[in-house]
Amino acid sequence: MAVALRVIPCLDVEAGRVVKGVNFENLRDAGDPVELARRYDAEGADEITFLDVSASSGDRETTYDVVRRTAEEIFVPLTVGGGVRTTQDVDRLLRAGADKVGVNTAAIARPELIAEIAQRFGSQVLVLSVDARRVTGDTRTESGFEVTTHGGRRGTGIDAVEWAERGARLGVGEILLNSMDADGTTSGFDLEMLRAVRARVHVPLIASGGAGTADHFVEAAHAGADAVLAASVFHFRTLTIGQVKDRLRSAGVVVR
Amino acid sequence: MLDYGFGNVRSAVRALERVGAQVVLTADPEVAAAADGLVVPGVGAFAAVMQGLAQVRGGQIIGRRLAGGRPVLGICVGMQVMFEAGDEHGVRTDGLGEWPGLVDRLEADVVPHMGWATVEPPADSVLFAGVADERFYFVHSYAARTFPPLGDALFTPPRVTWADHGGRFVAAVENGPLAATQFHPEKSGDAGSALLANWVRSLT
Repeated sequence: MAVALRVIPCLDVEAGRVVKGVNFENLRDAGDPVELARRYDAEGADEITFLDVSASSGDRETTYDVVRRTAEEIFVPLTVGGGVRTTQDVDRLLRAGADKVGVNTAAIARPELIAEIAQRFGSQVLVLSVDARRVTGDTRTESGFEVTTHGGRRGTGIDAVEWAERGARLGVGEILLNSMDADGTTSGFDLEMLRAVRARVHVPLIASGGAGTADHFVEAAHAGADAVLAASVFHFRTLTIGQVKDRLRSAGVVVR
Repeated sequence: MLDYGFGNVRSAVRALERVGAQVVLTADPEVAAAADGLVVPGVGAFAAVMQGLAQVRGGQIIGRRLAGGRPVLGICVGMQVMFEAGDEHGVRTDGLGEWPGLVDRLEADVVPHMGWATVEPPADSVLFAGVADERFYFVHSYAARTFPPLGDALFTPPRVTWADHGGRFVAAVENGPLAATQFHPEKSGDAGSALLANWVRSLT
């Protein structure tokens, strides 16, 4: 296959500012998502993702402005997720300059939203973000992985593999699979979960949660990921995009 | 750039400005006819793009320019509609018919074809001069998978650039005044920028 594995840095944005520490040298403003996006673009990021973690709708208004300014500056795809509830939200983000939009909680509450967005804007704009965790005992789902909400704190009882499969059937163009167990551990992606979803889903699959070393990215690629997303490991400069790509390349994974 | 109320054209405008073009977003037939080059963007469904174009009589604007040998560049679905027809979900929609052939669903393990892929341009390509070995950003589930010869020996045959995803498909065409890319040059970083610069340079 000719398509390269995509390496995607993710920025958490609240009220127009990057939250979670970012550790770049020589940044005029380490909290400015536009400047950070530009840095990652220059470093070779294949795509940039913004996750809007704003709690209030007023803060969320500033996101449109951030997206607008970012789209003027970077020439790789820009995905924006967080708080997307309606086709109008999608329309506004696309018009502001987003190339793709991520949906999560709103689609769990109302799965028809997926089909509505896909029919109006096309599958290629829609990423289904699945925050999943391992679950055992009485509440175990069929695959052993469960969809969560509220940043992994609340279980839904929905089987994560089935949900990903259903999302693809309803028309999402891509799945962002985020392991809530691995997230923040820097001990590697949840490869078992990745393989379980890969075996059942035929849209592109982005692995997220747990990246700590360059080898972790190689493992995710071998487990069937089409793209790998990470935040802290890039923000804290533990790894650069270039180092990750060098390692992938030497392991025989095709990168840009 | 033809404005028919569709999707994200902002980055395409910016990408062209970056390589020195002055860009006007318009659906005014006179303005579109007078420009040195006309870009036809397009994302989403084939049928929806055709509908959008019909609302601004885009087919006529494009047809008139091409008849006069005036350059047009189609991007993504803006390229697909240059073919005779598109087949999405079993529904066939007439395209602008500038080229023979059908746009239909890719047959690969993973669809959409999403990401940075290599292409195989012909040696005499103008668009790919200097960037023939670079990767470009694709995001699509449909493509033209054949390009029948346009059987008139008197004219220069189109230069067709191929790419592969579960089988080969048309990644770009350079056919006299009409050029088009299935990928998004405006999202393809420096390589895409160089390609747009090649096109802009060819306009004068």
